[in-house]
Amino acid sequence: MSLYQYTAHELRDMLRRKEVSAAEITDSVLERIDSLDSVIKAYVTVTAEVAKSMAKAVDAQLAQGSDLPELAGIPMGLKDNLNTKGIRTTCSSKMLENYISPYDSTVYEKLIKSMSPLLGKLNMDEFAMGSSTENSAFFNTANPWDLERVPGGSSGGSAAAVAADEAIFTLGSDTGGSIRQPAAFCGVVGLKPTYGRVSRYGLVAFASSLDQIGPITKDVTDAALVLTAIAGHDPMDSTSVNKEVPDYTKFLKEDVKGLKIGLPKEYFVEGIDPEVKTKVMETVQKLEEAGAEVKEISLPHTDAALATYYIIAPAEASSNLARYDGVRYGYRSETAPDVLTMYKKTRSEGFGPEVKRRIMLGTYALSSGYYDAYYLKAQKVRTLIVQDFQKAFEEVDVIVSSTTPTPAFKMGDKIDDPMSMYLSDMFTLPANMAAIPAISVPCGYTEAGLPVGFQIMGPAFGEGTILHVAYAVEKLTGARERRPKLPEKGGAACE
Amino acid sequence: MSKYETIIGLEVHAELRTKSKLFCDCSTTFGAEPNTQVCPICLGLPGVLPVLNKQAVEYAIEAALALNCEIQPYNKFDRKNYFYPDLPKAYQISQYDLPLARNGYVTIHVDGKTKKIGITRIHLEEEAGKSVHSGDNILGSEYSLEDYNRTGIPLIEIVSEPDMRSPAEAYAYLTTLKNILQYTGVSDCKMEEGSLRCDANISIRPVGSDKFGTKVELKNLNSFRAVQKALEYEEKRQAKLLDRGEKVIQETRHWDESTGRTHSMRSKEEANDYRYFPEPDLVPVVISTEWIEKVRERLPELPEAKWQRFVHEYGLPEYDTELIISNRDMAEFFEATVKLHNDPKTVSNWVMGELTRLLKESGQAITESKVTPEVLARVIKLVDKGTISNTAAKTVLEESFKTGKDPDDIVKEKGLAQISDTAELEKVVAEVIAANPQSVEDFRNGKDRAIGFLVGQVMKATKGRANPKLVNELLRKKLQ
Amino acid sequence: MITKDEVQKVAHLARLELSEAEVELFTEQLNQVLEAAEKLQQLDTTDVEPTAYAVPMQNVFREDIPEPSMPRDEVLANAPDPKDGYFRVPKIMD
Repeated sequence: MSLYQYTAHELRDMLRRKEVSAAEITDSVLERIDSLDSVIKAYVTVTAEVAKSMAKAVDAQLAQGSDLPELAGIPMGLKDNLNTKGIRTTCSSKMLENYISPYDSTVYEKLIKSMSPLLGKLNMDEFAMGSSTENSAFFNTANPWDLERVPGGSSGGSAAAVAADEAIFTLGSDTGGSIRQPAAFCGVVGLKPTYGRVSRYGLVAFASSLDQIGPITKDVTDAALVLTAIAGHDPMDSTSVNKEVPDYTKFLKEDVKGLKIGLPKEYFVEGIDPEVKTKVMETVQKLEEAGAEVKEISLPHTDAALATYYIIAPAEASSNLARYDGVRYGYRSETAPDVLTMYKKTRSEGFGPEVKRRIMLGTYALSSGYYDAYYLKAQKVRTLIVQDFQKAFEEVDVIVSSTTPTPAFKMGDKIDDPMSMYLSDMFTLPANMAAIPAISVPCGYTEAGLPVGFQIMGPAFGEGTILHVAYAVEKLTGARERRPKLPEKGGAACE
Repeated sequence: MSKYETIIGLEVHAELRTKSKLFCDCSTTFGAEPNTQVCPICLGLPGVLPVLNKQAVEYAIEAALALNCEIQPYNKFDRKNYFYPDLPKAYQISQYDLPLARNGYVTIHVDGKTKKIGITRIHLEEEAGKSVHSGDNILGSEYSLEDYNRTGIPLIEIVSEPDMRSPAEAYAYLTTLKNILQYTGVSDCKMEEGSLRCDANISIRPVGSDKFGTKVELKNLNSFRAVQKALEYEEKRQAKLLDRGEKVIQETRHWDESTGRTHSMRSKEEANDYRYFPEPDLVPVVISTEWIEKVRERLPELPEAKWQRFVHEYGLPEYDTELIISNRDMAEFFEATVKLHNDPKTVSNWVMGELTRLLKESGQAITESKVTPEVLARVIKLVDKGTISNTAAKTVLEESFKTGKDPDDIVKEKGLAQISDTAELEKVVAEVIAANPQSVEDFRNGKDRAIGFLVGQVMKATKGRANPKLVNELLRKKLQ
Repeated sequence: MITKDEVQKVAHLARLELSEAEVELFTEQLNQVLEAAEKLQQLDTTDVEPTAYAVPMQNVFREDIPEPSMPRDEVLANAPDPKDGYFRVPKIMD
């Protein structure tokens, strides 16, 4: 087994036992990227030198015998909407293709403190808008389980990199499912924390009231480990909550006896792929057999969530993306004779179609005469969705569903049909609306060998509980055991 | 103008005097090199977030209390979306439907009349940056240069009710408002540095009508005088239009100081649609009664309370009162002096006259002056007791102003004490009478004015040290 | 129903220049989303407060302490057209 194949907690233990050096781990993953990324195309930028110098520092500290942070020497990648000082932060957009950030996002600062080597920046749907990473202005990323399929999105690069062992873990951002949906498509673990649990400072904003940063990892233990490292109050983010961060690994146990699990009937309707449904129901049954209490619940406004989301998120986005005007940074159209023309040409040439579509939608929803009917109405319906969950969590500890209605779809299948693309977020976006934590963990595979994601949602700040259930699912299903068939070292693409 | 009534409302923007910006910790110092007081946050770089400066909220509360407003307990911020090169995020963080304060007023005094001008609302928002144009004006420029030092400095916008009925009232409102803000110390209100700015709305209507006319917004008003002059021009322009049976167009007009006229700004741009919505990156601000009371306790005595006291307690004329309270330090200096020498009118004369002249000439602020209330009170007392003449007192004050010396020492050193010794003066009087027979005769023939000349001669002979009152008495006695 | 004319107006508000084909496409696609949003009108939201903030927090402040700003060469490092310490833009028409 090569070093890049291990999980973060395994490597942590090996490092401490001095079985390996941090340099060896980082080199191994860098070689993996080198040999495989021309096929997967997860990375927009590879920062080999940055990673190597951090690994060196870890080894030096290890040699001195001083204590190391948990993630020391565990190489990782960041979604390319997380600011990294001196390194390109492109959001996979032509608009920021050459943008070099002068500051670090808080999560990256925390990972630097944790001495986790940065391997590079990961491909995504432009400005995190999309569900397939096909909206990257640069290139498509392939799903490691089937290279003709999408890895999901918008954190497609982050999920594909972990699935293909091109990073030990990565960070993504999740506005309507952008961590969980690609994690499900790529057969890895993706966690969206409670809004306010992780600082958003330095995350390029898409929809400010919905965005959260979270880990994408090989297993649930790693998710707990990384979340513990990146969570916490940040004075730079007014919406970050001042609440103590527990050691999330302490919540991990197989025993689910007495745990109340809610099964929302609105999530098991037509449109869900039968194979996906079967896998999810099998998993629920296993939890029940293990002693959990399963109970059907209702989240009556589930149906309205999608429309609500597609008003609120674009509205906020239209404002957040207005700053890309060619004046201070980023792309500028050069030939315009006056500012107004410069703005219009810059933004029309710099943004791709999905970004433009959402800016248009959001601008319209906020414009005079339509605000009350669309934006305000959506905010009120959001309240109803929040209340649905609050009521549900009076009865159950967690709510489970499939992460996505279907397994990974083929590239090109939905790119010309925004509405059907939007539907792939229907089970994930309610958690963003309700600001609650949710995790996707692999629970099985379709006939065609595509991973199926199992979603667990918890009450606000219930990360410990959802990690607990996810850990049990991982053990009960054994889905983690299966890995995509990719060449182990160098050579041609895949089998 | 008697046919029409003028209706004026003003929107004033005042920069708050915080040390750092509203949402980041960049300095607010005026006059720095371009783009040297900026950071990722005020530059609106991708991924940054605002965090609210508490002091700015406190200053805004303080201003609102000083302007007799009700403070809203629940506050939120909203984004005002529009594109302009001086606005890095392409939205301004402001307050839309829930302003920090409402329903206040300012009391003004114009032509002996007292009037309350309503304040509709006060809200907190951030400044934009500054565009420097390559040509003389924006339209004639090939390009513009953006400086974001000012971006993000906290502002309050104070919107008045349309309660003013003349440009003079508008002027009085502005000076009073500025005075109040300066008293509280929330803003330094320097129009020349742009820390205080004003837009005006003006309409006219036939006297007796209760419907508002079409209003015109005036911009580019760079001084209080400019506000008054532009309003004066505009009310005449609108009256002429109505006289000719034409209509006033609702528009924004630009005041041109050099021609003394307003002109229409091109109105081809679409009606503004700012797409306000609650700023999701900030959380609401809840202002408790306790917080409000804590700020209220810090308020100094405000100009209007002082005005009432100066007029009624000290019996000062309104003219003196206006002048003295127009500067908080001067008002405090005045009161301290009156405490030491209880003759308000005389103190006010000295403060408004000699002291103000000396301060102006030296460019000093009253707080920097070597003449303290103690010094001034002592000088006035010396005159009162007859120790020195009024003329000598001016010399003493000036000397003390320059050197900081004790007035009594100056009197001694310069030999400025008055001669009030009757015997000594009688001798001089006799000499003057002898030397000026013509004037003596004139006086005796009923030309009372001649006595003035004789007094002057005595003063000259004593180098100004004679007590003029005593000289007058002695002369009259001798000549009768 | 949003019309092509409205799409043009919205594009101007958002400072986007759309080709005729994009106007066509966006008119159709925006209408699909807005049609779905129409369903929201059927929900009774009388007396329902809007959710503008994801978490119930209030009064988050920083103290008024100035810190050094960025060096100017860093400020201008990403500028498309820096000049004399400023960001230069073409003629401002309005």
